[in-house]
Amino acid sequence: MYVAVKGGERAIDNAHALLAEERRGDPAVPELSVAQIREQMTLAVNRVMAEGSLYDPDLAALAIKQARGDLIEAIFLIRAYRTTLPRLGHSNPVDTGAMAAVRRVSATYKDLPGGQVLGPTFDYTHRLIDFALAAEGEAPRAPQAEPLGPVPRVTGFLDREGLIEAEPDSDATPRDLTREPMELPADRALRLQALTRGDEGFILSLAYSSQRGYGRTHPFVGELRIGEVAVEMEIPELGFAVEIGEITVTECETVNQFTGSKTKAPQFTRGYGLVFGQSERKAISMSLVDRALRWEELGEDNTGAPVQDAEFVLMHADNIQATGFLEHIKLPHYVDFQSELELVRRLRAGAQEAAE
Amino acid sequence: MTALSMNAEAMTGSFTDAPVQAAHGFRAVLRALSQPGEIVTLSGATPPAPMSPAAGVVALVLLDGTTPVHLAGAHDCPALRDWITFQTGAPLVAAEAAMFAIGTWQALTPVTRFAIGTPEYPDRAATLIVESDHLTAEGTTLRGPGIDGSAQLSLPETGAFRANRALFPLGFDTLFCCGDQLAGLPRSTIVEGR
Amino acid sequence: MSDYNFAYLDEQTKRMIRRAILKGVAVPGYQVPFASREMPMPYGWGTGGVQVTAACLTPDDTLKVIDQGADDTTNAVSIRKFFERTAGVATSTHTAEATIIQTRHRIPEAALSDGQILVYQVPIPEPLRFLEPRETETRRMHALEDYGLMHVKLYEDIARNGAIATSYAYPVKVEGRYIMDPSPIPKFDNPKLSNTPALQLFGAGREQRIYAIPPFTQIVSLDFEDYPFEASKAPHACDLCADDTTYLDEVITDDHGGRMFVCSDTDHCETRRDAGYRGRLAPQEDAA
Repeated sequence: MYVAVKGGERAIDNAHALLAEERRGDPAVPELSVAQIREQMTLAVNRVMAEGSLYDPDLAALAIKQARGDLIEAIFLIRAYRTTLPRLGHSNPVDTGAMAAVRRVSATYKDLPGGQVLGPTFDYTHRLIDFALAAEGEAPRAPQAEPLGPVPRVTGFLDREGLIEAEPDSDATPRDLTREPMELPADRALRLQALTRGDEGFILSLAYSSQRGYGRTHPFVGELRIGEVAVEMEIPELGFAVEIGEITVTECETVNQFTGSKTKAPQFTRGYGLVFGQSERKAISMSLVDRALRWEELGEDNTGAPVQDAEFVLMHADNIQATGFLEHIKLPHYVDFQSELELVRRLRAGAQEAAE
Repeated sequence: MTALSMNAEAMTGSFTDAPVQAAHGFRAVLRALSQPGEIVTLSGATPPAPMSPAAGVVALVLLDGTTPVHLAGAHDCPALRDWITFQTGAPLVAAEAAMFAIGTWQALTPVTRFAIGTPEYPDRAATLIVESDHLTAEGTTLRGPGIDGSAQLSLPETGAFRANRALFPLGFDTLFCCGDQLAGLPRSTIVEGR
Repeated sequence: MSDYNFAYLDEQTKRMIRRAILKGVAVPGYQVPFASREMPMPYGWGTGGVQVTAACLTPDDTLKVIDQGADDTTNAVSIRKFFERTAGVATSTHTAEATIIQTRHRIPEAALSDGQILVYQVPIPEPLRFLEPRETETRRMHALEDYGLMHVKLYEDIARNGAIATSYAYPVKVEGRYIMDPSPIPKFDNPKLSNTPALQLFGAGREQRIYAIPPFTQIVSLDFEDYPFEASKAPHACDLCADDTTYLDEVITDDHGGRMFVCSDTDHCETRRDAGYRGRLAPQEDAA
């Protein structure tokens, strides 16, 4: 005899209990601390902060623990928390020119003031599994260098000669993607917001597609820099800005194919990427996608490449939106399926009748 | 404007339990706008004169720093300016830039000054909060969405609302306030008569 | 959860949503953009409906939540629990007792009444989206009332299948102006959209849109004179309550082709069985 399915609430509670147990894994193995994740899984923490749009390494580490290492799930936890926070004010734009860089490389010059500083990079590691890491032990200490002071920007050298497009200063308040609905067409500030919190894999693939000819922009990495910048806020009662903290960011400026015309001398163009934390792959990808999206303003052809299509890029970059909509198709849809079944059966019956 | 230079009256007359009172206030406004001709009662706000308690509730429920407001005629007085600024943070603007406008019908006229939205974004239109001496469910006949057949409402005139309906889906939306009572007239309502 | 504001959302967010709802009511069927917030449940799970419900709820409300017509589907249970915890409102499974009903994919069988609000969870609010993926284009089409593409699609259906091959999320025209997606309800439910005393609100969280149908608003399902709209359903009666007028779920009962049909609206079905109605496969008495 058929009995209607009941007990959704108990099933949910039990599923959550099982989830908590699975999260912990084998209790004989020591539990991870949030501090361990924060200190030893820093690049995961950085990604969660960047795509979660919230700079809080401890909270990001906790989210990673809660999400069993599923970074998109961790990003989701951060986003849902972030929206509940009161907005007390906004900072001044950070000055990446004053960055205390731990890493700074340029692909466009052999050497330059401030030098090429490799910093903590995987670039020249040989990708051999280091079995020594499986054994617990103290990591060797890296030799110490004098801290790098502020270093000049590569695009500044080009700018001085007028070789690269000028980036005019603006005091305009950019629109806030998290407080207003996305409106298309979107200006560059809004596009950059969407890209910096966009899914790393999606932005990477779009950037890669542009390198392979789908909206090619001939980028050089003028400069990639990673380090701490001061965050300052104007305090109206004081009448000046005070530093409220420091954050680590990755900035990438690309120098791209020049444009020019009969009336205007050729100039290089720019792509820009700025991402929370050490997030090098994302920052480079972002600068390529940013540059590709500027085709119209720079008078380039629309070749129909995905990376040139702002609506396509912006509406699909957010992995929390994407994963939600994608995964929701596993929820019950039997009412709609029943309506399709009924329609197909009726159309088939009609077709059969017509055939007889 | 700092809090110190404000009239002390600006700091009174607001909700005492904002989440709950605002929810009740909104539901009443929602009912009024979705059922033109129906008159609802609002409570919880005691704004300075000449603003009605009903208009005060609407202000507390809907206004904030993102909603430019125009105060028309006698409503454009220091006490109300301070109250709106302190209680809602809404910037005070000229009629043309207003998302909300508050005043008597006479003070709001000509209403062609107010935003009616654009064909792509008809929602970017003003809401007029009209302070009225009397408000009853009799007078001009109304038809359209929200109305089962027809309804009646005491309107200050019909021409402006008929002209507004002709712009549909563009047009302003209206909330009439009288004491603690409120009625709605969305742009979708067909106003009969001449 | 008591750390959160009444009905979870902060007051500023509620104000923003409330303004959008009022504009939606003023322009029936037009999709009002709103700054949808990230909710503590995934996009696709009803974040739009939850935000609309949160903006409407008062402590005096009685809330009913259904998914697929049923009060006991897991996501309906989850959303109901969310509002029990964050708003402390009374809940009910009875359509007639509820003042706000949040739904996914169905309109209750019982006629709705004055004062009730039906909140729909909407995945893709744009009825033209599957014909034209670009928001910039579909926005222009709505502005110009340029709906030729939709009619071409429906006509092509007829040419290919001899019938309009849309069985759910069947497009409607609101008061002769906007073409609207009624959310993925079966087309069986479409007639209930029109001229009801209840207020109908639609929330699409991920797509950041809110729209509305005020009470007593004329809603017409798109069709052609020679191919009129038909609110069809499976040609069976409910095997539990014997009602032959309701929308049915098909349940596979064994792997030899056995199946039964039961009301998708669980409250409706239970109410009828409580009144003594018995379907083909219903227990005739309360067996142990």
